[in-house]
Amino acid sequence: MSTISREEVAHLARLARLEVTDDELDAFAGQLDVILESMKTLAEVNTDGVQPTSHAVPLVNVFREDQPQPSLPRDAVLAGAPDTAEDRFRVPRILDEEA
Amino acid sequence: MTQQIDGSQARRSGLNDYDKAVETYEPVLGLETHIELDTRTKMFCGCSTTFGAEPNTQTCPVCLALPGALPVANKAAIEATIKIGLALNCHIAEWTRFARKNYFYPDMPKNFQTSQYEEPLCENGYVDVVVDGKEYRVEIERVHLEEDTGKTLHVGGATGRIHGATESLVDYNRAGIPLVEIVTKPVPGTGALAPEVAKAYTAELRDIVRSLGVSDVRMEQGSLRCDVNLSLNLPGEEWGTRTETKNVNSLRSVERAVRYEVRRQSALLDAGERIFQETRHFQETTGETRAGRSKEEATDYRYFPEPDLAVMEPSREWVEELRATLPELPRKRRERLQAEWSLGDKEMQSVVNADAVDLIQATVDAGTTPSGAVKWWLGELSRRANESGEELAALAITPKQVAELQGMVDDGRLNDKLARQVIDGVLAGEGDPADVAAKRGLEVVSDTGALEVAVEEAIAANPAVADKIRGGTHAAAGVLIGAVMKATKGQADAGTVRKIILDKLS
Repeated sequence: MSTISREEVAHLARLARLEVTDDELDAFAGQLDVILESMKTLAEVNTDGVQPTSHAVPLVNVFREDQPQPSLPRDAVLAGAPDTAEDRFRVPRILDEEA
Repeated sequence: MTQQIDGSQARRSGLNDYDKAVETYEPVLGLETHIELDTRTKMFCGCSTTFGAEPNTQTCPVCLALPGALPVANKAAIEATIKIGLALNCHIAEWTRFARKNYFYPDMPKNFQTSQYEEPLCENGYVDVVVDGKEYRVEIERVHLEEDTGKTLHVGGATGRIHGATESLVDYNRAGIPLVEIVTKPVPGTGALAPEVAKAYTAELRDIVRSLGVSDVRMEQGSLRCDVNLSLNLPGEEWGTRTETKNVNSLRSVERAVRYEVRRQSALLDAGERIFQETRHFQETTGETRAGRSKEEATDYRYFPEPDLAVMEPSREWVEELRATLPELPRKRRERLQAEWSLGDKEMQSVVNADAVDLIQATVDAGTTPSGAVKWWLGELSRRANESGEELAALAITPKQVAELQGMVDDGRLNDKLARQVIDGVLAGEGDPADVAAKRGLEVVSDTGALEVAVEEAIAANPAVADKIRGGTHAAAGVLIGAVMKATKGQADAGTVRKIILDKLS
């Protein structure tokens, strides 16, 4: 009856870099199922000729002039980094293994 | 020379001969080009975009994606993109929006890149290029606006490469600089000329964007970057699987990357193997393309509309205002210059192919005749560029120096042979032509006294030739002129020498 499989939940979790236990996979699959079922109810509404809503606020063309504003001091910027070196953000190696 | 390098690679890695490959298979090209705009500020915040600033000094809560920060689109970047779209004959969207492209890679602090997905700002354009006297229409699928990523420095591996690195250091100054992506539709029908068409398209695109004044489009500085898609198919059959080669950062590399993929893929197809849809990386030093990460998970960027940025509805009035500001585009400009320079179609095409339009114009502006400027750039200097495998514009000689050189030839201070030696000196960094000529002692000998002595000696050494000339056979003077030239190490003016000889022997 489930419309979303454990594998699909695992795939989504991987894409979002979320660590999920086996038990949680079952729990989330069930919960997502409820959400998808609710969406089906919404899908029953006839929306022919209705523009899809892109944004909740009715604003268009909000632009900024190309005028420089002060940036943050570097010390403040790097203060939020877990680790730094040579005035840069230091991050773990990017590729898991040599390609 | 290039041919030889290619030959040895062919044996190493299973490449077909290019001409043979295109006899059997038909290439289909596709090009994706990223152009960094030269706005003063970033795409969604007021941080400066100055190149070469100290690391992480041009960042703020918006481009660092600190919680609660709200991006606002840069109007100048939108206008620049619309101008590019118009110059590429695109339709400008009536309704368009930004989207989040989600991926996890530390070059973006946000864990997504703000880009555009199904509703690009500009669509369905074209660029016409001429190769070998034939016109090819390269259709543009879309032009969209996104933001550049930060710069990563890979530490611990070999020479800054990502493979084998133990850690990476990130500078976010570049993160958020407006980036325009221009994607072509697949381009079939170029046959053996696929590499040249790819190069001509990239050059034309660069020239168009440069003429608009919205980017400095310096490939060597990374403000114009190319990805080359290529597939092969047998005539009459469906298009093959394409590879995407990234990191192609010069016009010459675009040509080489296409050529390499044609040779590599055709060898695989001949052997009955299949082509994998994969990302490859161009190797500037060897001209090869190499596979990227092997078992990459199929990319799923989970695009969704960017909720923090309002949708855009470029009014038709605004679009027309921008259209009215478009400058003379490169194609028109070339037609005008061709007329001004009195060049034939073929000659002008050579100028374009050599990427010498701007160089020649600058040389003419510096005071040389068009024919003088064309002669050096298409002749001796093209030859030097080929020899060293450089782009013409990368040679260590400026249009002003070429104008000075030709001026010295016009004044009779240099002949062509000496001028070539002066070029040696200029390219070696010895200074402007006049300095080089002075330092190397390369001026034409105008001291007629010294020339007369040399002529007397030549006559004495060649009495039989001298008799012939006395007898009226003036063509024989060539032998004596040659002897004088040799004695003066090429520094005599041949016309003057001839005159002295004939005066003495008649």
